[in-house]
Amino acid sequence: MILRQNLSPAIVGCFCVLSFLTVLVMAAPWLSPSDLSEVNLLDRFRPPVFMGGTWQYPLGTDALGRDMLSLILRAIQVSLTIAVIGTIGGAIVGTTLGLVAAWIGGILDAIVGTLVDFQATIPTLILILALITVLPSADFTVFVAIMIFHGWDRYARLARAIALSAKSQPYVQAQQIMGASTFRIITRSVLPNAMAVLLVNMSINFPQTILAETTLSFLGVGIQPPDVSLGLLIGIGRDQLFNAPWVALMPGFLILITTISISVLGDWARDLVEAD
Amino acid sequence: MNWYLFRLGRACITILLLLILAFFALAASGDPAQILLGPDTSQAAIDAFREKWGLTLPLWQQFLIYLNGLLHMNFGLSYRTGESALALVLDRIPVTLSLVLPTILLSIALGVPLGILSAMHRGRFIDRLAITLSVVGLSVPSFLLGVLAMYLFSVKLGWLAPSGYVDWSSYIMPVATLSTVGIGTYARFTRSAMVEVMSRPMIETARASGLSEGIIHRVHALPNALTPLITITALEFGHFVTYAAVVENVFGWQGTGSLLIESVSARDFAVVQAIMIITGVTMILANLLADLSYGFIDPRIADLRHRSARRLRTVCES
Repeated sequence: MILRQNLSPAIVGCFCVLSFLTVLVMAAPWLSPSDLSEVNLLDRFRPPVFMGGTWQYPLGTDALGRDMLSLILRAIQVSLTIAVIGTIGGAIVGTTLGLVAAWIGGILDAIVGTLVDFQATIPTLILILALITVLPSADFTVFVAIMIFHGWDRYARLARAIALSAKSQPYVQAQQIMGASTFRIITRSVLPNAMAVLLVNMSINFPQTILAETTLSFLGVGIQPPDVSLGLLIGIGRDQLFNAPWVALMPGFLILITTISISVLGDWARDLVEAD
Repeated sequence: MNWYLFRLGRACITILLLLILAFFALAASGDPAQILLGPDTSQAAIDAFREKWGLTLPLWQQFLIYLNGLLHMNFGLSYRTGESALALVLDRIPVTLSLVLPTILLSIALGVPLGILSAMHRGRFIDRLAITLSVVGLSVPSFLLGVLAMYLFSVKLGWLAPSGYVDWSSYIMPVATLSTVGIGTYARFTRSAMVEVMSRPMIETARASGLSEGIIHRVHALPNALTPLITITALEFGHFVTYAAVVENVFGWQGTGSLLIESVSARDFAVVQAIMIITGVTMILANLLADLSYGFIDPRIADLRHRSARRLRTVCES
């Protein structure tokens, strides 16, 4: 019933945008008309249909004559997959560390606390850039790992606080007296109670992960060619703003609607949780 | 006093962690001899190189040498140019500050009033507009804003130079791009701080004694709401420095940020680590100062902490 009361057109719109993007990601291999590596130098800088182009290249071509539609489909796939895995992975790692630290306490708690403090103090982008400098190559897997690293500290902080307060609650103490294992108490009682807060944090973290990945790729230190991401496409298109603005503008538009949709949904979800 | 010592100790541990991380990253970044001299170098040359840079010593000795170097302001040499990494970074810092300082001022000057306005008209149109704008401002990547601004004002309208420093108008696009994030952050924090303060009993009392809403907002609520903004500014400073890296790159400014990206691309870790340490230590000190200044600005907070520390001690001792 809460759902029905708060569903505004904007929220429905954001849901639709995200569902559409999800379908695109799933269907990308079948939808894309040509191979990514297919270079056609005779057809460079063809404008998209809505800027006076032909249907041979519905979204135009880039500086190498590659089909923009195929590039963009692959870019959405790469950027969103990294963001989804990074967000979920960060949530799992952070929550586990936070819960375990709070439950066991002592030195482990102090270590996790210091690490969380550390990551909250030093700008994450700088830490990530330092990591990239050191790592031999930033391929897809490495990049997913970096994105997991990007947001774990907030989950750990939240999970730790929730576990600490739960530890002193009668329902947890009752279970301990009845002989339930720690694992059972954490997974069956503490975690479900923390779920709402953690999910809201995921909705905050997700756009930030997209932001981080696209920013790094834009700067040329993220996803490397011949693979593409939305940020990398904008980075390529920036140099052609004067003669082929669509190369940068179309991926830019996609990033805009994605991050704004998720942020609006996240705000809405947080209001729901706080209203409870 | 205990609490201050605790904060100070925590800051020291964080700095030490940062240095250990920087050092091990440096050690793990591969054998500099191989990277610098290339694969075709003779073994004798490699050995001489390793000897010269102290790479044959055990790791912990290297770490001590490294710390000693840092204390003497020696951050190592850039692999690319052979210059001192610190000198390279210090050379670029004024450019970054000339972007970041106006941005912080602009963000406070626009974001705080926007947050106050939004809190005063809570739930009404102005509030929702302000929230939506700040959500948009926070969720759009700054490189995208920069590219869009460049497209609109340089390509389409031709009003501003697309990149580099020409005259004062070159500041408009980078500072505006950077400020979008800052204005959103300040507006959101000011709003929630104001809303929180407005729900305190003292506001009821002020209302009951017949003060006008304007006076309540300005005299009673605002000073209380502004205290957290010190922490926000300390935290935001680090964010601005990283966003500046992006914006400098977009608009072709030769600041610390573009140096950072160049060095990451070239795997020039000495420079990356110098920037990381300088930014990190600045951030840690800024946070520490913000924390410590709370006690001076609002004596109740210091008092509260003393009492909770004392209570903790009695609990521990009993």
